[in-house]
Amino acid sequence: MIRIENVTKQYRGTARPALNNVSLEVEKGDFVFLVGASGSGKSSLMRLMLREDVPTSGSVHVLGENLVGIPSRRVPFFRRKLGVVFQDFRLLPNKTVAQNVAFSLEVIGKSKGFIQEAVPDVLRLVGLDGKADRLPTELSGGEQQRVALARAIVNKPALLLADEPTGNLDPNTSQEIMALIERINLAGTTVIMATHDRGIVDRLKKRVVELKSGEIVRDEIGGTY
Amino acid sequence: MKFLFQEMAQGLRRNLSMVVSVVLVTFISLTFVGTASLLQLQIGQMKNYWYDRAQVAVYMCTDVSPSDVCAQGEATEEQKQAVREKLNSPTLATYIDKHYFEDHEQAFGTFQEQFKDNAVAKYVTADQLNETFWINLKDASQSQIITESFSGVSGVEEVRDQRSYLDQIFSILNAASIAAIGVAALMLVSAALLIATTIRLSAFSRRRELGIMRLVGASNFYIQAPFILEGIVAATIGSILAGGAVLSIVQFFVQGYLAERLPFTSFVGLADGLLVVPLLIGAGILLAALASGLAIRRYLRI
Repeated sequence: MIRIENVTKQYRGTARPALNNVSLEVEKGDFVFLVGASGSGKSSLMRLMLREDVPTSGSVHVLGENLVGIPSRRVPFFRRKLGVVFQDFRLLPNKTVAQNVAFSLEVIGKSKGFIQEAVPDVLRLVGLDGKADRLPTELSGGEQQRVALARAIVNKPALLLADEPTGNLDPNTSQEIMALIERINLAGTTVIMATHDRGIVDRLKKRVVELKSGEIVRDEIGGTY
Repeated sequence: MKFLFQEMAQGLRRNLSMVVSVVLVTFISLTFVGTASLLQLQIGQMKNYWYDRAQVAVYMCTDVSPSDVCAQGEATEEQKQAVREKLNSPTLATYIDKHYFEDHEQAFGTFQEQFKDNAVAKYVTADQLNETFWINLKDASQSQIITESFSGVSGVEEVRDQRSYLDQIFSILNAASIAAIGVAALMLVSAALLIATTIRLSAFSRRRELGIMRLVGASNFYIQAPFILEGIVAATIGSILAGGAVLSIVQFFVQGYLAERLPFTSFVGLADGLLVVPLLIGAGILLAALASGLAIRRYLRI
C-alpha cells in the first residue's frame, strides 16, 4: 500500500533536513497515527505521500505508484485514488455542501447521473442528511469537517490522508469525527492521520509512528502518544 | 464540457475590467495591423496602375535652362529633329510603345490647367516651360535605356522617368505602413502581457478552488482550460471588433470618401478587407493561446 524507503527531504536553504533517512511501510487496511512535535517532519511526510513534493533522495511508493518517477501529467490520476482532509477543511465558501462534494466529482469528469446518486449517499454516511443546501459558513466546525470527509471518500479511495483533522475542533466534536474516520477505516480504507491530540491516540490504540527532528523514533502497534 | 464553460464564464465575470482592457488592446493593435496590411495592398494596386501609365520625359533646353547643360540656350529645330529621329530609329523603337512632342504652347496650356488656382500660373510664360518628348515604354521598368540614350545629347536639358516621382510617394506610404506595423507590434506585445497578467490575477483569485481541484485530482487540462479559454474569448472579441473596424474603414473611408474624391485611382475594396479579417482573427486567437499558455506554465504549476 505504502512503502517509503530511506527518504531524505532537504528544503533549499536549510541546514537540517526535514526528513532524515525515513523508512515506513503501511499495509492495506492499517490505521496509522503520525505523532510528533511541530517541525518534526509529519507534514513533510504527508506532502511526499500526496506527491506535493518529491524527496531529495530515497523512494516513495503509494498505491502502486512510484511517486519519485511519476510523470507530472499522471499525478492527478494518482490523487484520484486517495482522499485527503486537513485541519482547515478547505471547502469552497460560495458553494453549498452538496456542491462542494459534487465539485470534486465534476472536476474529475464523473457523469451527472453518478454525481446525483453518490452525493446524497455520502452525505448520509457522514451524518449530514438534510444539510445538503447549506453553505459552509452556516455550519459548525465539526459539520464542515464532515463535508470535507464526505468529499474525500465520495470517490471510494483506498487511502485516506488526514492532516490534523481534529486540530480545530472541540473534544466532543473531535470524537464524533474520529468515530467517522474509524468507520471509514473499518470499511477497508487505509488511514494515515497526523495529529497532536494525545487523547485520541491513547483511546484508539492503533499503530503509532513518532517523528522527532525528521527521524522515526518509535513505530509501535497499539501504542499511545 | 459544460463545467469548463461555467468556470470560464465565472473567470470572465470576475476579472471584467481586465478582460475589457484585453479586448480593447487587441482590438486597437489588430486594427493597426489590418490597416497596415490594407495599406500594403493599396500600394501594390497603385504601383500596378501608375507604373503602367508612367512616362519618360525628355525635356529640351529653354532660354532659362541652367547654362552648364544648355550652353547655347533654346534647343534648335535641328536638335529636336535629331531627338525625334533617334526615337524612331529601329534600336529604340522596339522598346517604345508611343511618343509625342509637346511644344511651348501645349506645355503652357497643361501648366495653366494644373495650377489654375495657384499664384505661380500668373508669372510663368510659355517660353519658360520646356518643350518635351513624352515617351510611353512597352515595359515601364526599362526607362534606363531612354535615360542613357538622351543624357548629354545636345539640346536636351534632362531625361526624367515619372516613376521616380511615384517612388517617392510610394516610399512615404510604405513608411506609413511600416510605422503602423511598428505601433501594432508594440501593442501586440502589451496585449500579450496583459493577457498574462489577467490570467495571473485570475489564478490568484481562484487559488482556493485551484488548490482543491489539485487535491481531488483534476487533470491539468481541467484546471488550465478555463484560463486559456478566458484569454482566447477576450482576444477573439477584440479581433472581431478589429475586423469590423477594418471593414468599416474600407467601406466608409476608402470607398465612401477617398474613392469619390479621387475617381481615377483604384482603391482597395471590401473584397480585400474580407481577405484581411480572417488573418486578424487568426492572429488574435494565436496570440491569446500563446500568451495564456506561457502564463499558465508560469503561474499554474501543478
